[in-house]
Amino acid sequence: MWDYTDKVMEHFLRPKYAGEIENPDLDATVGNITCGDALRIMLKLDDAGRIADARFQTFGCASAIASSDALIELILGKTVDEAAEVTNDDIAEYLGGLPEQKLHCSVLGMEALQKAIAQYRGEKFELADEGEIVCHCFGVTDKLIEKVIGEHGLQTVEEVTNYTKAGGGCGACHGRIREIIAEVRGRVAEAEAAGGQDPRRLTNVQRMRMIEQTLDTEIRPAVRRDGGDVELVDVIGPEVQIAFRGNCAWCRTREFTADGFIGEKLREQVDPEITVEDVSEQLPGI
Amino acid sequence: MTEAIYFDNNATTRIADEVREAMAPYLDRLYGNPHSMHTFGELAGRAVNTAREQVAHLLGCRPEEIIFTSCGTESNNTAILSALETRPDKDHIVTTRVEHPAVGGLCRKLSEQGLAGKRWRLTELPVDGEGMLSLPDVGNAIDGATAAVSVMWANNETGVVFPVERIGGMCRDKGVLFHTDAVQAVGKIPVNLSELPIDMLSLSGHKLHAPKGIGALYVRGGVRFSPLLIGGHQERNRRGGTEAVPNIVALGKAAELAAGRMEDERTRVRAMRDRLERELLARCPDARVNGHRESRLPNTANISFEYVEGESILLMLDAHGICASSGSACTSGSLEPSHVMRAMGVPYTAAHGSLRMSLSVYNTEAEVDRVIEVLPPIIRRLRDISPFGRRAPAERT
Repeated sequence: MWDYTDKVMEHFLRPKYAGEIENPDLDATVGNITCGDALRIMLKLDDAGRIADARFQTFGCASAIASSDALIELILGKTVDEAAEVTNDDIAEYLGGLPEQKLHCSVLGMEALQKAIAQYRGEKFELADEGEIVCHCFGVTDKLIEKVIGEHGLQTVEEVTNYTKAGGGCGACHGRIREIIAEVRGRVAEAEAAGGQDPRRLTNVQRMRMIEQTLDTEIRPAVRRDGGDVELVDVIGPEVQIAFRGNCAWCRTREFTADGFIGEKLREQVDPEITVEDVSEQLPGI
Repeated sequence: MTEAIYFDNNATTRIADEVREAMAPYLDRLYGNPHSMHTFGELAGRAVNTAREQVAHLLGCRPEEIIFTSCGTESNNTAILSALETRPDKDHIVTTRVEHPAVGGLCRKLSEQGLAGKRWRLTELPVDGEGMLSLPDVGNAIDGATAAVSVMWANNETGVVFPVERIGGMCRDKGVLFHTDAVQAVGKIPVNLSELPIDMLSLSGHKLHAPKGIGALYVRGGVRFSPLLIGGHQERNRRGGTEAVPNIVALGKAAELAAGRMEDERTRVRAMRDRLERELLARCPDARVNGHRESRLPNTANISFEYVEGESILLMLDAHGICASSGSACTSGSLEPSHVMRAMGVPYTAAHGSLRMSLSVYNTEAEVDRVIEVLPPIIRRLRDISPFGRRAPAERT
């Protein structure tokens, strides 16, 4: 049996927003019945362009229904532009996590939202309407596959399948998916080589990974030489919270090291906006 | 879970009280090795012999034709690999598209990757919309290079019973070995190997109220055999490994019980299954039974509810303490509906919403009443949530 969180079961068994709205302002359906899951969201906007009411209809498993309900919870009261910032990670996180093989349910929610927003803006729904179909079993385009690889740093076909279902049927598209992974990763590497100025906004997960990576390769080796260590505590917007361990914990030059040496490396490697806060004192166990 | 309604007996069954009592001493003071030269060992050895006689009696064969194994999968693997190894001049296997993975997965591996530098040709026979095989197909598939035909007796998902007597007869006429995976059939319907042209048959203990971890393989006397597990002289050199005495005793007792309960299965269990099916179809529109209505196990009902998804049905049933199973994609961890539903050509819309309820002699009319009461509102609720609702998707614009 799947290891669903209580939150998933709660939203599955007692969804708050299941149903229809008469004359919705936006009405978007993604997925289809043959593929095993489909989601329709209906949104009503107020005069200020805020999402005043929203409902969903879902054909799918428990996590698909829970993801739909969570999506509505996350976007209600937001403007369309604010709602556009909601990602599948936000849905999964809201639910206390989803089993790996069920991540595509949260992606389905993100897709439906993107499609509704494209309607609002009078744009094309890029993820499905443009690009070529890569996985014919589940009708997944290269656009969606590129998006999830880029946003989540995916490296294997299996991971792509978990996020999009692509490649989960006959398997004929595995070669093409591998190519797309190589292409996207190639582009990321190029962008990094060009000075870390990746034009696309980083997702939180990506940021977190890159910060960890930078700490690992650039900073930890140096502080460990002095018998210390540094721990990533949290990332809140541009603020990166760290704590010093070992010898560094008593070191007077710590403040200087934090925003100076560490901050500089992170601004260089990850994001020029980053500030580093030393929160060693606020944590137990030093 | 004490008040659970267990309608998932094709997945596994509860251990019968009589079985647990019979095996208990062998988990306790009677722990001897059947091959030891002392009374302790002899007691265990005698228990194994008795169990072998009990299983042989249920199957209508001789005790020496029974090999105890660890499970149904081991029995199936042993049978097929033995058939191929003892026929080195042949290179073809015939099976069906609806086999359990313990047969289907092995055969596909033998054909795609091969074994010891040899690859076998594989014919997987199709089934029709009712999950039934065509006999002429079987005959046509067999050629001069066919080493073995392996066809299940009864399907685990739909309960459809294949005409193994006729298939075995064809194989015998053509001099081809016939193996049947009877894991779902044994204990539910009569099996009399003394009258059937079957060379090898697999069974599994936990499907007939014995514990998990015990199976058996019938090998007709005179059929060439090559063991899978090489080791000591156990099972007359046909399966190395110290006998799992408590489990073997349990299987023996379960076989004895099954013989006595077959009539109950054929009458009362079948009547409960039929009522369950009839009432659910009457209360739920856009529902259909998957599988041949006549040639079917008495305990299995497989119903598809259009426009809803199986995992959701199962988890809502579970919230009411009702255990069943589904051929939907989401429940299996794969993304496609079960291979059995696909082989039958069940439309994906219906395959995703398939629900299997498999009963046993332990189920009661009151439990059937409860499921008839609880399930239809669950289907209605999920259809209310579904964008396809009670209307066909084509009707939406």
